[in-house]
Amino acid sequence: MAIESDVLVVGGGLAGLTSAITAAREGADVRLVSYKQSTLRHASGLVDLLGYTPDGEGPLTDPYEAMAALHDDHPYRTVGVETVREAMALFDEVTGYQGGHTDTNALLPTHGGTVKPTARYPPGAAAGVASDDRDMLLVGLESMTDFDAPHAAAHLDAAGVPFAVRGVTIQFPGDLRADAKVTRYAKQLDTNAEVAVRGRNRPVRDALAERVNPLLEGEERVGFPAVLGDDRADAVRAALAEKMGVDVFEVPSGPPSLPGLRLEDALFEALDESGARFETGNPVVDYEGDGAIERVFVEKYGTKIPISAAQYVLATGGLVGKGIESDREAVREPAFDCHVPHPADRYEWFDVDVFGDHAFAAFGVVTDATLRPLDGSGAPEFDNLRAAGGVLGGYDYAAEKSGAGVSIATGYAAGRNAAREVR
Amino acid sequence: MSDAEESPTFEPVAPNTGDEFEPVDVFPDSDDFDLRPGADSCYKCAACDTNCPVAEVDDDFPGPKFQGPEQWRLKQTDDDYTVDDSIMSCSNCMRCDDACPSGVPLSQMHNTARGEYVSEQMDKLSVEYVRNRILANYRTSAFFASKVPRLANVAMNFGPARWLMEKTLGVTSERDFPEFARETFREWWAARGGADASRSNARESRQRRGEPTDSEKKVAYFHGCYSNYNTPEVGKAMVRVYEHFGYEVVAPEQRCSGTPMFANGMLADARRHAAVNVSSMSDLVEQGYDAVASCTSCSMALRQEYPELFDIDGIEAVAANTFEALEYLRINEDLTGAVREAEVSGDLAEEFAYHAPCHARNQGLDRQAVELFRDLDGAGIEDVGESCSGISGTYGWKEEKYEKSMAIGEEMFEHMAHAQGEVGMTECPTCAMQMEHGSGYEIRHPLELLEAALVE
Ligand SMILES: Cc1cc2nc3c(=O)[nH]c(=O)nc-3n(C[C@H](O)[C@H](O)[C@H](O)COP(=O)(O)OP(=O)(O)OC[C@H]3O[C@@H](n4cnc5c(N)ncnc54)[C@H](O)[C@@H]3O)c2cc1C
Ligand code: SF4
Ligand code: SF4
Repeated sequence: MAIESDVLVVGGGLAGLTSAITAAREGADVRLVSYKQSTLRHASGLVDLLGYTPDGEGPLTDPYEAMAALHDDHPYRTVGVETVREAMALFDEVTGYQGGHTDTNALLPTHGGTVKPTARYPPGAAAGVASDDRDMLLVGLESMTDFDAPHAAAHLDAAGVPFAVRGVTIQFPGDLRADAKVTRYAKQLDTNAEVAVRGRNRPVRDALAERVNPLLEGEERVGFPAVLGDDRADAVRAALAEKMGVDVFEVPSGPPSLPGLRLEDALFEALDESGARFETGNPVVDYEGDGAIERVFVEKYGTKIPISAAQYVLATGGLVGKGIESDREAVREPAFDCHVPHPADRYEWFDVDVFGDHAFAAFGVVTDATLRPLDGSGAPEFDNLRAAGGVLGGYDYAAEKSGAGVSIATGYAAGRNAAREVR
Repeated sequence: MSDAEESPTFEPVAPNTGDEFEPVDVFPDSDDFDLRPGADSCYKCAACDTNCPVAEVDDDFPGPKFQGPEQWRLKQTDDDYTVDDSIMSCSNCMRCDDACPSGVPLSQMHNTARGEYVSEQMDKLSVEYVRNRILANYRTSAFFASKVPRLANVAMNFGPARWLMEKTLGVTSERDFPEFARETFREWWAARGGADASRSNARESRQRRGEPTDSEKKVAYFHGCYSNYNTPEVGKAMVRVYEHFGYEVVAPEQRCSGTPMFANGMLADARRHAAVNVSSMSDLVEQGYDAVASCTSCSMALRQEYPELFDIDGIEAVAANTFEALEYLRINEDLTGAVREAEVSGDLAEEFAYHAPCHARNQGLDRQAVELFRDLDGAGIEDVGESCSGISGTYGWKEEKYEKSMAIGEEMFEHMAHAQGEVGMTECPTCAMQMEHGSGYEIRHPLELLEAALVE
């Protein structure tokens, strides 16, 4: 006997999680299976809808307005602008992210000192928005070379932000090892651990505030790299703000990213609350069924364990999430062997220019209007399979700054469509 | 999700689900294994580092990325490179394994590096080595203690003796030694009539369930040391639940699964025990039995660590046919349906604060108890979060690791205190020790609740 449910979602990234939450809220009995951890852990925790057009125009002020002008095969066009809005409303509700009060993109400083258009940002980044004209101090940590605060500040200044910005570098109290993990800082701040400062033991939050306070020159907001707590990030930020008498924010960082981790946690919590079941750690490697999928097989230590459902959602990610694979011969979708259109000649997959127009960036499955993947002749591969997120083709998340938005919108649509089929 | 500046332009590799590696044998030729394809898959995303509970609390621990692919490369390129002693601080929780999107076999790398460190660099006369060896060979001590359980229970927790153990052996005196049962599981099993009794019980159940009496439902129970010597009630629950579903149970000859030995780099010891386990299990697998374990570290060892580290005849077949006890029933029976129709009263009608052991997480089993029992009338279950309990087998027993072990566990203790119930639940015996130690709660095993719900 196989493990059974109404809807089975394959993949536990942004798209899979949104799908499963949506389907469960629609009343379906949902199970999600995922192989490894998703790309959320590498990403900044910012949620982009559309920052630039596929032709590179931008930064865009109103992503919704720009969606209408996208080419027909773009996933946003497939699901429609109204669905994108509904999906974002669900996302806002379950994550407590900010930025939903307006349609326009917010501008956020990045760890490299550029300003990035984004649709939603975590509460921890809120005080850093570039449209705010309060002066800003950026604080870097000596041991964390990824974020060079003076350099980032100089960049922001050159970009013409409407406030004065300075950067300083300090030593994190307690002298952590030079390559300490981001989780090490977060854990210390979460637990307000005692650290030795000049021979005296102090709670780390106090010690950190005291180190920054003398450096303040009247700035009203202070930005740190994104290491301010994990489980208790809000409390850490509030405590620092109080001790320093300023607003405190985190500058979104590169991988590994705590804001990404926190977002993942919030989504898994929402998934749990929705009543959906989930299991991670083992890949879906095979399926049975012709025309419609009857069951899939999860591989565990050489055993193939069957799981069946009435409807399936494929949310295994793109090239990085391993939802799309390529070798020297071809590009493939490995779980269900769905058709992935690509030029036969490998030399047409990419551009000779590193930052050029790479075809591989948009590789992925092509779908019908209900998100069912299509085969080479344009017919649905399976009656009961839908695809969402990075596994889709027709968009280039890196160029458009649309990765998270497409995953949320198509995840939502695929989950809803699947759940409605089983009712 | 958008990463601020960079977008990935590297060519990703296929996930290494394991089939690309030849099983390797660490002993006797420790130079022979080749983990290069795994090391080459690492693209330095540091997802493993953010999952490591030790790196989170221990400033001196450089993290899994260093222990695994980086150290592996250093060793390959520099003949004089010796394994860094920080490898002994890795608790073998295997969380890094689960995290890596690229399928780098991190725990296999850690296990082999630790084995090499212990066999080539560690002083065999040192207190640390002796202490680790005693801790790793828990089965031996338990075997003797079980002969005189009452005496052992008193002696092991006798204050002055514990003080002496800490001072001379580095075994923390903060912890209470687990109690030894008056009657081991195997003694109970034999007195009950062994496999013959199980066969007739199973047949009766099949009749009651309207299944053909001659159907082939048989499992070999890997009870491990702990449910034999310390918590035979778990083993008994396993037998009764399986018989209830019509399975004939056998309890073949077995040794320690080897988990504590892997964690201490005692690979030669582990191999000896593994050889016995694989030989008895593979005979049964050939006859159509599946192997079932009630301890998640035991099932983990049989499924993943054995084939990764040893080349023993029949090992692949045993790995492919080994399951955790609840998992097996979920796959082969309508366990969810059965639990939905059941209810519990009495002793186990409780709210449980459930902790998923790291080794359950790694097998994709971290959610099954919560999802199963939330449909059960009369009992409640709440997940106390995804943190590691911190004890990691023998790790938290070492005097120098005790504080770290408690720092890792702190999050779990807090979640337990906030959970509704005051009884804990977990599949792992050492996690149970840590839960009890940090919260004072009594800890039960999911099989005990299942037995109370399904078996009258
Ligand atoms: C380093 C890096 C930088 C990025 N930078 C940007 C950026 O600048 N801008 C931007 O918009 N986006 C960026 N992204 C991408 C962004 O994270 C994605 O667009 C989005 O999060 C994809 O979500 P997803 O759910 O579709 O896929 P993923 O997050 O990739 O999740 C896929 C999930 O499916 C699982 N899976 C895969 N195969 C199987 C299988 N066979 N069985 C079961 N489970 C399976 C995986 O383990 C994973 O958990 C970046 C990603 C990475 C890795
Ligand atoms: S998670 Fe895997 S790929 Fe990432 S740094 Fe660790 S070993 Fe390398
Ligand atoms: S096994 Fe656990 S303790 Fe060891 S490196 Fe990996 S995550 Fe860290």
